[in-house]
Amino acid sequence: MNVDVVVIGAGPAGLSAAAELRRLGVGSVLVADREAEAGGIPRHSWHTGYGLRDRHRIMTGPAYARALCDAAVAAGVSLRLGTTVTSMSGGEATLVSGRGVETVHAGAVLLATGCRERPRAARLIPGDRPAGVMTTGELQQRVYLGGERIPGRALVVGAEHVSFSAAVTLAHAGARVVALVTEQERQQSYAAFRAGAALRWRVPVWTSTAVRRVAGRRVAGCDRLAGVSVADVRTGAERFVPCDTVVFSGDWIPDHELARLAGLAMDPGTLGPAVDTTLETSEAGVFAAGNLVHAAETADIAALSGRHAARHIVAALRAGPSRAGSGPGRAGSGPAGAGRVPVRAEAPLRWISPNAIGVAACQPAASPPLGRFVLRSGEFRRLARLEVRQGGRVVARSRPVRLIPGRPAHLGAGWLSLVDPAGGPVCVSAVGV
Amino acid sequence: MTLRADVAIVGAGVVGTAIARTLAGYALDCVLVDAAGDVGTGTSKANTAILHTGFDAKPGSLESRLLTRGSALLREYAAAAGIPVERTGALLVAWTPEQVAALPGIAENARRNGYTAVRPCAAAELYAREPGLGPGVLGGLEIPDESIICPWTTPLAFATEAAGAGVRLVLGASVTGVVAAGDEYELSTSRGAVRARWVVNAAGLGSDIVDRMFGGDGFTIRPRRGELIVFDKLARTLLRCILLPVPTARTKGVLVAPTVYGNVLLGPTAQDVADRSDTATTAEGLGSLTAAGRRILPGLAGEEVTATYAGLRAATEHSDYVISVDGRRRYACVAGIRSTGLSASLGIAEHVVGLLGEAGLPLRARPDGLPRLPSMPYIGEAGRRPYQDAERIAADPAYGQIVCHCERVTRGEIRDALASPVPPADLGGLRRRTRAMNGRCQGFFCAATVSRLFAAGGASAVRQVLGEARRR
Repeated sequence: MNVDVVVIGAGPAGLSAAAELRRLGVGSVLVADREAEAGGIPRHSWHTGYGLRDRHRIMTGPAYARALCDAAVAAGVSLRLGTTVTSMSGGEATLVSGRGVETVHAGAVLLATGCRERPRAARLIPGDRPAGVMTTGELQQRVYLGGERIPGRALVVGAEHVSFSAAVTLAHAGARVVALVTEQERQQSYAAFRAGAALRWRVPVWTSTAVRRVAGRRVAGCDRLAGVSVADVRTGAERFVPCDTVVFSGDWIPDHELARLAGLAMDPGTLGPAVDTTLETSEAGVFAAGNLVHAAETADIAALSGRHAARHIVAALRAGPSRAGSGPGRAGSGPAGAGRVPVRAEAPLRWISPNAIGVAACQPAASPPLGRFVLRSGEFRRLARLEVRQGGRVVARSRPVRLIPGRPAHLGAGWLSLVDPAGGPVCVSAVGV
Repeated sequence: MTLRADVAIVGAGVVGTAIARTLAGYALDCVLVDAAGDVGTGTSKANTAILHTGFDAKPGSLESRLLTRGSALLREYAAAAGIPVERTGALLVAWTPEQVAALPGIAENARRNGYTAVRPCAAAELYAREPGLGPGVLGGLEIPDESIICPWTTPLAFATEAAGAGVRLVLGASVTGVVAAGDEYELSTSRGAVRARWVVNAAGLGSDIVDRMFGGDGFTIRPRRGELIVFDKLARTLLRCILLPVPTARTKGVLVAPTVYGNVLLGPTAQDVADRSDTATTAEGLGSLTAAGRRILPGLAGEEVTATYAGLRAATEHSDYVISVDGRRRYACVAGIRSTGLSASLGIAEHVVGLLGEAGLPLRARPDGLPRLPSMPYIGEAGRRPYQDAERIAADPAYGQIVCHCERVTRGEIRDALASPVPPADLGGLRRRTRAMNGRCQGFFCAATVSRLFAAGGASAVRQVLGEARRR
């Protein structure tokens, strides 16, 4: 099968990109998603707050997922659900579904495979392996898609937005949330969100607290959770917290398997594919958007990232194969080589996205999505300036910003024209005010 | 209800199931009893998943002989039954001058075990073959026949074959006592009595307890815990073969190996523990493994961890297997199999059944011929999985419907596992049969769906396992 663009992933980024591609006149847009329903993570996130910046109204996750899906279908996008893209190379993707194994050829590819939370094992938390230990994603699917009850006491690991979302889900499912625990010195969500959860469900946040061990017990031949040992990271003092469920929330990692297997250059900070300000990857004609390139921003930001990629995909398709290294698999040197200046985040910053500046085409570099770079810090900083350097030269310095782990910080893109295409990597760091 | 049989085998691990399928080749009525609700849930499910050649065994020991024989038998059996095996070969790597000095002795030891393919390798060759090796390699040995195997499919295949040949599986039945009743033993279990003329004790970590019920006191199980880390499939390109350390007197040391599922395994630790059920991982254990992993294969440091687990080796105070058959008492003890049970299983079974015959167990040919080898669902990466098989999907679309995305397990495979002759008793059993939920997301995407499929299709399966055992 031949299509103009194949979009991999029908979450906010993929669906928004697909609708935008059609709106901009692209003939055939195929969106493949491995789940039976389109919408991505918002499908099973029942709290409100979705849609603010992309649809200019606020709705619940499932309503938002439906709205994005309806808009894409109305725009003439072909949706292929229950369909896994098992490999991708150049403009060729292998699709597996109940219909069989198919190969799709596309003029351009958009990867929008999203992100997931690091599970307990990836965080190397030792102890037993009982049932009752899960991520927020699993919890929300069990509760909102499967109608499961979660009885007993529950502990949430993490204190960022999604952690409060997990606490709300647990409360809906009948659990008593003992606490949210974070190794950070304070919680990382919005004050209003935290205060709301604290008032309505009386959920305390235990700061400077780490989960050290998971303990199980045998109940009727099954290994059930008995509780977890938590430690004060300042004193090392440990205590046991009995609970029946523990939810590991946040600590996002992009679902980057396809991107890595396709041989795309990866960014060491985001762990997603390295993308320039047009969201093109190291391979010409292959773009990446949404939480695959910034895990995790809110759904509306992912959606806008998808629309941004769509506009540049259209430009790439219009430029045709004559564009330097244009079209998947026809890259030659590709824009990743001489044509890109990498952008790197320095500690305490963990990552920056986009993380490259395309400088190939004798024209000013494109502005990033929403005209700004998004960053994550690993530490709290009450006030800091973001400093952009290239070689020894300070290219720009931001207004004072507040840095909170797990929360976005932004850097305007006004300095892009000051970057020397041959000047080596651009480094972004946090400096005192 | 009382079950009657010619032979009762206590323990449905890889050794007990191997003995069951070997006995099933004769005209005998057998019962296979296990405390757990599934086969292969003890040492058999949590190990390094390596099919050893036995090159490093103690020459002249029973372990060496049965390992060499069992390894050859299992290679053949695995190919016929669909058990994933990859002959990756191993490189034994020396990092210190003392270790280099030990290499000729290891090669000589292998020759004395009858394994002659061991070959010395210079550091340059090791780096050429494994560019991911950390700095400081001084030399090593190549053991070309060391292989990786699926430790879950193996006992399951044995049990499936045995069940197909009429062996009755009584699972979830913990043996609590035994009394002699005429020319039979009556085993009391948590699920009723089992009467048998002969009893085979293959109870692994509980084998000394069962042995004492039969009046033995020759050994005590001293569980030795091994912790392991499974790395993401994206780490698989970091190595080609099994990377072995130079063994010490106490343990074979920490190895890095590919798995048949396409992951990378790092471990095991070796720690004596008192509790026979303590399969918890520890901060110290995982810490020492990550440190060792960084030295052996530095690239591992940048890769995600998919799972951590611990298994218990059923070690005893003896350095060799503790295998004895007493014809007068009609009792066989098969214990102290430590860490080589998977590789040696079919050799052990052949040996034990031979001894049973010599001791008076009538080994007559079955009137209906030998049992048919099972054809197990293939869950390895080297062969073709259902999602890759267009013809299979065309015949049955369920094989194209991927449910577990990380491991690419289809609805069809889950359905088949639930309807199989030895069905899973819980989600862990389903994981071991299909790999569902074993991937990098550890259930973020699929656990809710897989649990629902299990609850819908698994309830009847559980009843079948835990319900009344059918008479042949």
